[in-house]
Amino acid sequence: MTKDEILERVIEIVRLYAKDDDAMEAISLETNILQDLKVNSARLVDVILAFEDEFDIEVEDEDADAVDTVGDAVELILAKVG
Amino acid sequence: MSGRVVVTGMGVVSPNGVGLEAYELALREGRSGIRHLPELEELKFGCTVAGVPQGVDEMAEEYFAPDELLAMNSSHRYGCIAAVDAWTDAGFERPDPNDDDVHWEAGAIIGTGIGGLDTTGDKLVPFVNAGRVRRLGSTMVEQIMGSGVSARISGLLALGNQVTANSSACSTGTEAIIGGVQRIKAGLAERMLCGGTEGSSPYIWAGFDAMRVLSRKHNDEPERASRPLSASAGGFVPGSGAAVLHVESLESAEERGARIYAEILGGAINCGGHRNGGSMTAPNPNSVQRCIRQAVEDAGITPDEIDGINGHLTATGADSSEVHSWALALERTPDNFPVIASTKAMIGHGLGAAGALESVACLLMLGGGFMHASINCEDLHPNIEAYAASVPHVMREKPELRTMIKAAFGFGDVNSCAIFRKWSD
Repeated sequence: MTKDEILERVIEIVRLYAKDDDAMEAISLETNILQDLKVNSARLVDVILAFEDEFDIEVEDEDADAVDTVGDAVELILAKVG
Repeated sequence: MSGRVVVTGMGVVSPNGVGLEAYELALREGRSGIRHLPELEELKFGCTVAGVPQGVDEMAEEYFAPDELLAMNSSHRYGCIAAVDAWTDAGFERPDPNDDDVHWEAGAIIGTGIGGLDTTGDKLVPFVNAGRVRRLGSTMVEQIMGSGVSARISGLLALGNQVTANSSACSTGTEAIIGGVQRIKAGLAERMLCGGTEGSSPYIWAGFDAMRVLSRKHNDEPERASRPLSASAGGFVPGSGAAVLHVESLESAEERGARIYAEILGGAINCGGHRNGGSMTAPNPNSVQRCIRQAVEDAGITPDEIDGINGHLTATGADSSEVHSWALALERTPDNFPVIASTKAMIGHGLGAAGALESVACLLMLGGGFMHASINCEDLHPNIEAYAASVPHVMREKPELRTMIKAAFGFGDVNSCAIFRKWSD
């Protein structure tokens, strides 16, 4: 799976939780999921679970805690799916 | 402060109609919302029919954001649609989520009888038992906590007054309305969204089926299965849905030029203490009568001013004793007994939502000048034959209908009773 393919699918997942439409329009690897997209912090748990389902991976809590930006998520997933 | 409280908005999600227009039409036509549910048959329920609002998931997608929907089970969807509809019906816009203004003067009491058991049964229990707690995600607590629906509504509408959930079994919906009225009368709020919601789930209904209090003999004719007041009543049909009233001080309503449906003249709430024939599952007839009398007294009217009764009337053996309680409490005889009907004959027993769904029916009937039929009791129970003239088998046009009384009785021997008067300025 290419990085671009992962990015595309990550964007579709975070879109469900994003509260800032402008930031969502301008989403990039640098976009911060909580601060820019205004995703409710409690919902980050669900975003990670959605990544697990989408990419058939398991994300440890420590790895999940390190995800701040869209790029962090893509890198994490890329490392897991190989 | 006049201490007067009026209804300025309503929202309803009922098995026989979602939205005020559809609900009123269904009530006028005497249309049943009871359907056969194959799932209940597969699960070997004795009762395989139920009342479930139709088309709600499609509506919910229009009403709520994708992440909100992921955290909303059936009870949430019904309750929140009804609340948003009541709010907009009252003339308010849905606030922008990014607008930080809070309506400090407006609150909510939205109760539920059983709560989010679909989430508990479908997800919580199987996941926990399989050691997959982590996979529950973040939306479990809000979907199973008693105040989950009122909490969600407060966020949708930026409510800043008391936001809570009451629970008194089948008395919940009416109790919520009276609670909101009392809060406004006490000067603690100007506006309250009040009502009840109950989800659709076999897990909610199973306990009642096991008690053999659900209808079992009319599974092959769902629309005739809910038979309050009839000789062939053999238990209630489970229902679901939600209704919410936007209740407001008269001053606030007049100041903003709001359309007023009716005044809530008064109400009462009590419990029979499981004495004098009352129990966990049966009402103490003295407490029922006392509750009705107290409501009349609270309303500042005399019993002869009551024009119509929307009874609790679930289609169990208690229906005929309820009618006798109404007669005693309102000091009526069969000769001058008001018209009486059961909305449950059309929509089943909405449990925690019932009192609110049926209060909306009362308000629509007051506004429209009609009394809906109490369907499926052509074979009136022999114990109440003397009252036959007061039971409408078809809808009656009643432009003179001015004052309606609604009571609800619940497990735990709890009662609530509210009195509505048509608004004529």
